[in-house]
Amino acid sequence: MSSISKILFGGSIALALVSRTFAYDFGRPANPDEIALWDIDVRPDGTGLPEGKGTVAHGKDVFAENCAACHGDEGVGGIKDRLVGGQGTLKSDAPIKTVGSYWPYATTLFDYIHRAMPYQAPGSLSVDDTYAVAAYILSLNGILPENGELDRNSLPKIKMPNRDGFVPDPAFNPDTLFRKRSR
Amino acid sequence: MTDPTKQSELDNVSRRSFLAASTGIAGSFIAGKAAAESLADVPQREVGADLAGLSERSKFVKLARIPEATPGRRNVDHSDAINSKTPLDKLLGTITPSDLHYERSHSGVPDLDPAKHRLLVHGMVEKPLVFSVEDLQEMPSISRRVFIECTGNGWENWKRADPSLTVQNTHGLISTNEWTGVPLRFIVDLAAKNQNATWMLAEGGDAAAVARSIPLTEEILDEAFVAYGQNGEPLRPAHGFPMRLIMPGFEGNLNIKWLRRLKFGDRPWMTRWETARYTQLQADGKAIQFQLRMDTNSVITSPSGTMTIKPGRQKVTGLAWSGHGKIAKVEISTDGAKTWKAAELISPALPKSQSRFEMTWVWDGKPTKIVSRSTDDKGNVQPDRPSFIRVHGTNALFHYNAQQTWAIDETGKVSNVLD
Ligand code: HEC
Repeated sequence: MSSISKILFGGSIALALVSRTFAYDFGRPANPDEIALWDIDVRPDGTGLPEGKGTVAHGKDVFAENCAACHGDEGVGGIKDRLVGGQGTLKSDAPIKTVGSYWPYATTLFDYIHRAMPYQAPGSLSVDDTYAVAAYILSLNGILPENGELDRNSLPKIKMPNRDGFVPDPAFNPDTLFRKRSR
Repeated sequence: MTDPTKQSELDNVSRRSFLAASTGIAGSFIAGKAAAESLADVPQREVGADLAGLSERSKFVKLARIPEATPGRRNVDHSDAINSKTPLDKLLGTITPSDLHYERSHSGVPDLDPAKHRLLVHGMVEKPLVFSVEDLQEMPSISRRVFIECTGNGWENWKRADPSLTVQNTHGLISTNEWTGVPLRFIVDLAAKNQNATWMLAEGGDAAAVARSIPLTEEILDEAFVAYGQNGEPLRPAHGFPMRLIMPGFEGNLNIKWLRRLKFGDRPWMTRWETARYTQLQADGKAIQFQLRMDTNSVITSPSGTMTIKPGRQKVTGLAWSGHGKIAKVEISTDGAKTWKAAELISPALPKSQSRFEMTWVWDGKPTKIVSRSTDDKGNVQPDRPSFIRVHGTNALFHYNAQQTWAIDETGKVSNVLD
C-alpha cells in the first residue's frame, strides 16, 4: 500500500469512523443467530465442536452410503483421496499421506468432513453422523477401537500418530510470532 | 466445447511447423511472419469486421490454459483437473489476461449471485459486521498489481524432469493481475478488532468452504485487501467473484476466493489446508508448516521446453518474482550455470509482481543449457537445484523455487532437465 493510503486508512481515522453515530454506514451489525449458522470452524482444543456423538459401528454405515463411492471400501482404493494407511512411509521416496499417517489433529477431520464432505453435498450429514464417520475413519487407521465412540469431549483428546510431525516455518511460528507484542 | 489440451497440442504442432519454416526465433507464435517475403506479398488492405460488444482475440493468436492434475497427471479429463495453467510461453509483458490467469480450486467454480453474497466479519471483534458487495464498493479503494502463485508451481520437477514439458506445464501456476478492493486494515478497524486477535480465519463460499488461518503481521495488515475488481472489471468467477482476499507475496491458497467469512482469533485453526495440504514434507519425514511466503523465483519462458531454435541471435526472455519484495537482478547462464550475465529488467518491475527480463544471446549451434537466477531487493537468491534438494529433499510437493534449466541439443530442440 502507498504511504498516502496508509495514512488514509490508518487506525485513527477508521476508529473515528466507527465511534460516530453512523458507524454502521458500511455494512450492518451481524446478529448472533445468523453468526451461529456460519460459525462452523473447529479448533484443536475442541472449540467450535457441536453437541452430538457417534459410534464407529454407525460410522461404517454412514461411510458405505456416503463416502465409499469415491474413497473406496474402508477408505482405500477409491477414485479420490486415500483416507487410510501409509503410516511409516513419510521418509520414503513415495510417502503416502492420509488421515492416519499425516494429519496432526483429529479435530481437523471433523471440521473438514463437516464443511466439505461428501464432496457433492457438503453439510448434508447430521452432526451425529459426522462424529460417527470421523470415528470410523479413525478406527480404520487403528486410532480408535472398533467399539469406539466420539463426542465433543473425546474428539480433542485423541492424539494423532503424526501429531509431532510438523515444524513451523520460523518466520510464521505461531508460538513465537506475536510474543513480542504481549511481553 | 473445445478441449484446451488438444488445442495446445495443435498449437504446438502448428508452432513447430511454423518455426521450421521461419527464421527460427523461438517464442514467435504469430503466423505470417515469414509468409510475406516481399512487401508485395502483404495482403491488400480491407474493410474489417463490424464493431462488436466484445473484442475477440485475433484468429491468428491461439491462447489457452491447460487443465491438469497432480505431478505427472497432465492430460486428464476436465472433471479430474485440479488446476489450470497459464501459457507463460505465449504471454508478453507482465500482466496475465483475466481469462488466462491460472486457476486452482477445491470444489469447482461457483458463479455466486452478488446480490445475495455476504461477508461476515466476527470473532474477537467489538462489532461483528455483515457486508454486501455494494458496501465494499462504497469504501475507499486501492488497486495493486500483484502476482498470485500456487504453492504447487514447479511441482512437476521435484523427482524427475519430463523432457516433453513446456514452461506452461512446469511454471504455469503463477499470474499477475491488477486487483482492486478494500484494504484489510479498513475492515479490521470498522469491526474494531480486539488487540489480542493475532490470527484471522478467511473462509470461502465455495462448496469446500476452503479456510486458512492468516497471521495478522503488520506487513499483512498493511498490504492485504479484499478485492472485487480484476484488471479493471469485476472478478471473474474462476478468481473469486464477487469478492476475494488478496495477500501480496503469500501462498496462492491464502488468497481465499468467493470470500464469505473473516473470523478473528488468537491462534491458528489448523484447518485441513494448513495441515494435510500445503505443508512441506522434508527428507526426515517432518513437514514444514506455515511456510506462507512465496520465495524468490524466475524462469526463462523463451526459449523454453519443446521450442526449437536455430544458430544465431536469440532473444532470451522470462519472468521473475519474489514474495519478499521487488526483483533486483536476474542473471542468465547460457553455459549450464558456469558463467552468468545480468539480464535487462523491463520496467515496471514492481514489488510482489512478476517482472520481465530479457537478454540477447548468440547461439553457436553446440549443445548447451540455459538457466536463469533471480535476486530480490532483500538479498534472497533463487537457489540452484542441487543445493535446494539437499535442503528440502524431493517429497515437499509445494514451494519448489529451484532454478529451471532448459537443455538445447545440437538440433536446437529445447527440453526440460533437472540441472
Ligand atoms: C464424489 C466424490 C466424493 C465423495 C462421495 C466423498 N468424497 Fe471425500 N474427497 C473427495 C475429493 C475430490 C477430495 C479431495 C478434495 C481436495 O483435495 O480439495 C476428498 C477429500 C476427503 C478427505 C481429505 C483427504 C486428505 O487427506 O486430505 C476426507 C477426510 C474425506 N474426503 C472424507 C470424506 C467422507 C467422510 C465422505 C462421506 C461423508 C466423503 N469424503 C465423500 C471426493 C469425495
